[in-house]
Amino acid sequence: MTQDVQNVVDHFNLFRSPEYKDMFADKRKNFEFAHPDEKVEETAEWTKGWEYRKLNFEREALTVNPAKACQPLGAVFVAVGFEGTIPFVHGSQGCVAYYRSHFSRHFKEPSSCVSSSMTEDAAVFGGLNNMIDGLANTHAMYKPKMIAVSTTCMAEVIGDDLNGFISTAREKGSVPADFPVPYAHTPAFVGSHITGYDNALKGIVSHFWEGKERTPGEKINFIGGFDGYTVGNLREVKRIFDLMGVNYTILADNSDVWDTPADGEFRMYDGGTTLDDAKAALNAKATISMQQYCTEKTLDYIAKTGQETVAFNHPVGVAATDKFLMELSRITGLPIPDALTKERGRLVDAIADSSAHIHGKKFAIYGDPDLCYGLAGFLMELGAEPTHVLSTNGGKEWAVKMQELFDSSPFGKTCNVYAGKDLWHMRSLLNTEPVDFLIGNTYGKYLERDTGTPLIRIGFPVFDRHHHHRYPVWGYQGTMNTLVWILDKIFDEMDKSTIVPAKTDYSFDIIR
Amino acid sequence: MAKLRQIAFYGKGGIGKSTTSQNTLAALADLGQKILIVGCDPKADSTRLILHAKAQDTILSLAAEAGSVEDLELEDVMKVGYKDIRCVESGGPEPGVGCAGRGVITSINFLEEEGAYEGIDYVSYDVLGDVVCGGFAMPIRENKAQEIYIVMSGEMMAMYAANNISKGILKYANSGGVRLGGLVCNERQTDKELELAESLAAKLGTKLIHFVPRDNIVQHAELRRMTVLEYAPDSKQAQEYRDLAQKIHNNSGNGIIPTPITMDELEDMLMEHGIMKPVDESVVGKTAAELAAEAAAA
Repeated sequence: MTQDVQNVVDHFNLFRSPEYKDMFADKRKNFEFAHPDEKVEETAEWTKGWEYRKLNFEREALTVNPAKACQPLGAVFVAVGFEGTIPFVHGSQGCVAYYRSHFSRHFKEPSSCVSSSMTEDAAVFGGLNNMIDGLANTHAMYKPKMIAVSTTCMAEVIGDDLNGFISTAREKGSVPADFPVPYAHTPAFVGSHITGYDNALKGIVSHFWEGKERTPGEKINFIGGFDGYTVGNLREVKRIFDLMGVNYTILADNSDVWDTPADGEFRMYDGGTTLDDAKAALNAKATISMQQYCTEKTLDYIAKTGQETVAFNHPVGVAATDKFLMELSRITGLPIPDALTKERGRLVDAIADSSAHIHGKKFAIYGDPDLCYGLAGFLMELGAEPTHVLSTNGGKEWAVKMQELFDSSPFGKTCNVYAGKDLWHMRSLLNTEPVDFLIGNTYGKYLERDTGTPLIRIGFPVFDRHHHHRYPVWGYQGTMNTLVWILDKIFDEMDKSTIVPAKTDYSFDIIR
Repeated sequence: MAKLRQIAFYGKGGIGKSTTSQNTLAALADLGQKILIVGCDPKADSTRLILHAKAQDTILSLAAEAGSVEDLELEDVMKVGYKDIRCVESGGPEPGVGCAGRGVITSINFLEEEGAYEGIDYVSYDVLGDVVCGGFAMPIRENKAQEIYIVMSGEMMAMYAANNISKGILKYANSGGVRLGGLVCNERQTDKELELAESLAAKLGTKLIHFVPRDNIVQHAELRRMTVLEYAPDSKQAQEYRDLAQKIHNNSGNGIIPTPITMDELEDMLMEHGIMKPVDESVVGKTAAELAAEAAAA
């Protein structure tokens, strides 16, 4: 079909026209040599049964669709959260293209990051020259206030020594003597993006704090962890802190750089934790982390400086938010203001209004360990059952903690935790023990199509729905958003299943 | 607790590095020091004399079995031998595959994260042959070994390797705190060995910290998978290792930044001592028949 300039048909419709339909059918028949449809159907059916599930869970040497990313992604996430800071990834270029596109697709914002562009000769002779030239170019071209270095697989396998390289580059004049270049070794083949988050943040705070004397003050440090809702969440947390009158420093505040206004001026850097605040954060009274498994090493390090450290697990829900606010109140000695108490009341009211529709529903959840914990807790609070909770980057310790959470509620009785499993395992779970809804990131849409389980998009990345990252999921307000997203899907499904006129529309109601 | 002292033994393969280090560390243990040995050689033979074992299970082989290093606990990989010396071997791949250097990095990171260095006076790294890649240089990075002891002998290649290792140390010495502690000559009974070793030490700007004489008792002890210190504590050789241990113990903070020499300088040195004859450039590349013909013509 020839396209007409006045009316360019999009591929959605173009490929449905007879010429294309015939062409695809012809290609399939004459060139693809596919198995007969019955055979494909039969095998597909077999993969949905218990026999296949058993074999699938015995799988040892293969991972299919892991729900995790690699360490440097987390390191870049942290780095852009500091004032005027450019992430510098020591390794080959393709890796950096991945981090940039991954964040851009999720946040719908440009995401700046540079690479030391290691090639074959760097792999043989070591990447020292790449570091020297790379730091010099970055400093000259992008005028950052800080360059935060992390590594990729390649640099790690050949054992490049960041500390030595950076000081050599400094001696050679790549950056001024006092210019901050914190670093973290982030081998992509170890752990996941949450490990990288942890290593990078520890690298930055220790860069500023090492060898400094701590004078305990009254400020509170706050760390969000790797979070797809960082834009909305950090703004919500600031609002809560301001309402309470808390004197705080948010470490790695990337809420502005990933939500810059379109006012005609491009900014590579926006907002972020100021370097002065990062230095002074040593003197804080305490550090609060919203995600325990993103900050294990960082909190250990901070605790050794004498600060109190408190870690939550991505708190969502009434009880989890209560706990967060009460801890905040205990640490700061400030009362929880009436405004927040009112928000709490409104949330409880909303939950009560919708309880009938959500109570008893079964959910599967996958994602980062803290997110899974927070959402599972919230679902049980609503009287729903988080039947399958799966985290590819969740460890044994997390699994035990999840089980304890299940054991704490009657709604957790039939629930199971799956640590270190992937989305192909999840497929077997959804096929053999179906649930009403699946909660996960964008990649869950394939499971939705494959198993017919409606997907509620909560997690990272979300590429195929826009702007959700601008809404918080923490605090009473954030919990309200989460509740609404879940309810919207429940009602959409209800409408879908009652939509056939004169057949199922006895319940295609205006009021739900 | 005294500050943790970290040292490393480097040297050409087969020079007797593991034997020397284990005997010396056994002697340090006799002095009451709490010691951790970290073997960084894929052969995993850095701890056999201490443990009386063929080769202990390595961190990497256990990690491969368990799935990943994160699945390991410290007690899985650490064995305790003679005088409570704690032993770990990093291990590595079969020859021809994988990356042993990365194995060293993985293992040392694991040990640090698991707190293996707590309550210890000495950590000793036993590192394969030469500084061959970034991984094998891991023990000389910042905050790791403060002093390197190079085990060598009077053989040309051993001295060549010692010089090369000095180059590696020099690379890291300026950015980190690593220093060359000294040379340890493990006698091979080559010509003018002591003289050569002292001369090389002088060229590198360091000293020959000890000359360990050759003694068959070392073999006897090795066959029993024991150090001489344990097998024959009253022997003369045991005393040699005790002396070496005491010297190392007293050498804290006395390391230097080495001044490695070029290959030509190394050859010149051998010539000075009459080990090597000056090469007659006119005969290079000529066959025996050609030389015979030239001689006949002359």
